[in-house]
Amino acid sequence: MIELENVAYSYGGGELLTDMSLSVPPGSFHFLTGPSGSGKTTFLKLCYGALQATAGHVRLFDRDVRGLGRDDVALLRRKIGVVHQDCQFLDHLPVTENVALPLTVSGQDADGADANLKELLAWVGLTSRADALPPELSGGERQRAALARAVIMSPDVILADEPTGNIDWEMSQRLLTLLVELNRMGKTILVATHDLGLIRAAKAQVQTRVLRISNRRLQMAGADL
Amino acid sequence: MFDLRSTARMLKFDEKADRVVPPTGFTARLTLFSAFAMSFLAVFALALSLAAGRVADRWGEELAQSSTLRISAPAGEVATQTEAALRVLRTTPGIIDARALSTEEQRALLAPWFGSDLPIEDLPLPQLIDIIETDEGYDAAGLRLRLAAEAPAAVLDDHARWRRPLIDAAGRLRLLGWASILLIATATGAMVTLAANAALAANAQVIAVLRLVGAKDTYIASAFVRRFALRALTGAAFGTLTGIVALFLIPAGSDTTGFLTDLSIQGWGWVWVILIPPLSGLVAFFATRFAAGRVLEDLA
Repeated sequence: MIELENVAYSYGGGELLTDMSLSVPPGSFHFLTGPSGSGKTTFLKLCYGALQATAGHVRLFDRDVRGLGRDDVALLRRKIGVVHQDCQFLDHLPVTENVALPLTVSGQDADGADANLKELLAWVGLTSRADALPPELSGGERQRAALARAVIMSPDVILADEPTGNIDWEMSQRLLTLLVELNRMGKTILVATHDLGLIRAAKAQVQTRVLRISNRRLQMAGADL
Repeated sequence: MFDLRSTARMLKFDEKADRVVPPTGFTARLTLFSAFAMSFLAVFALALSLAAGRVADRWGEELAQSSTLRISAPAGEVATQTEAALRVLRTTPGIIDARALSTEEQRALLAPWFGSDLPIEDLPLPQLIDIIETDEGYDAAGLRLRLAAEAPAAVLDDHARWRRPLIDAAGRLRLLGWASILLIATATGAMVTLAANAALAANAQVIAVLRLVGAKDTYIASAFVRRFALRALTGAAFGTLTGIVALFLIPAGSDTTGFLTDLSIQGWGWVWVILIPPLSGLVAFFATRFAAGRVLEDLA
């Protein structure tokens, strides 16, 4: 599903990530951890085609990202839901339209979309906030709205970058529950976080694999996680 | 490369797609105003060009087949010399008709300068003879030689001396009008490109979000392109309308009052005027498309 083969990424003359190889099988739940600035976000961006590896190969759904045009990458991205730490919404549109944005841009917002949207907002607990604008949402509500947007196209893979970075423990547990539910539905989950509590809580509920970026390389995390 | 399919997709109205770009006040006003001002100027440039064309055609057609003979002789010899000159003219190949102007006709010619009650009989005015030529015309040099022998007080004016520079000037004025329209279109395109660049740069975050959720470049560009084209179309429609009203406010003149009062749109000229708003929209469409392509490439 997502494969990295001897991938390196350089920026501004320095190598940020080096010699990374990874295969993310369908239905798996991966955590990616490491200190701030270790390159977790860069790694995730390589995984959804927002950045191009400077060496090695990134394959998404058996397609090498290097040879793809921007429109092809856009089509691949529709199969990958992304949740960012800062969420990234269109602040002038209400929650409903932001959550439905992947459907809108892919021209799929026709029959049955409204019902699905309502169901999805209920699932993330945002029914009462459907008409609110993103700046009016709390941190937890923004994260849940971002998760709803990430899954509305029913993608095969969900990538989350520090999804609990700006929210309290209770809200992060709620978000984790949603991610676990998605994984049980067969979705592949990859979460970049330095929140060890979140990883431990997840390990108690589903089978997870924990990776760590250390010294620009990808490693399996130790048994302490 | 020009892609007809993606161009057609961009023109297709899509309310939801148009909503993804937040309204931007500054660039909206800039585009509206630019299109308004440029279309207003385009109406005048067009009117100037069309009026110059009409004048050139009229001077060319009306005066090409006519000449004037002037008899400047002492009062006692005018009638004799006129008769002699008419005889010569009527036997000259290439001349259809030659006719001495009556006192009333000569008064009418002077009326714009001296008024209609001029006592023309008391003035030592030359007798004018109006000559109508065939399409092929006559041999002016040969005629002058014959006139010198038989009516020495006659001076032939075949209009070429003053007509050619006037026709040339009118022709250049017409060209200048079209060149102005071309410059106006280019300036509109440049201004819309600048405004679109500013709007795209200000919405880099919006573009990032759209890309994150899988929007293709065509989709993102379309939202901007449609918006700017519509603004330019609206501004140009108002500018054109205002230009037309301003043209109607120019005092109407008679045939004798000349070029300035003839600055109007007539007949098929209206087709060009009606084309100004859609052409502005089209210029804005391609300018924004060009700007969007460049900015999206830079942001990729």
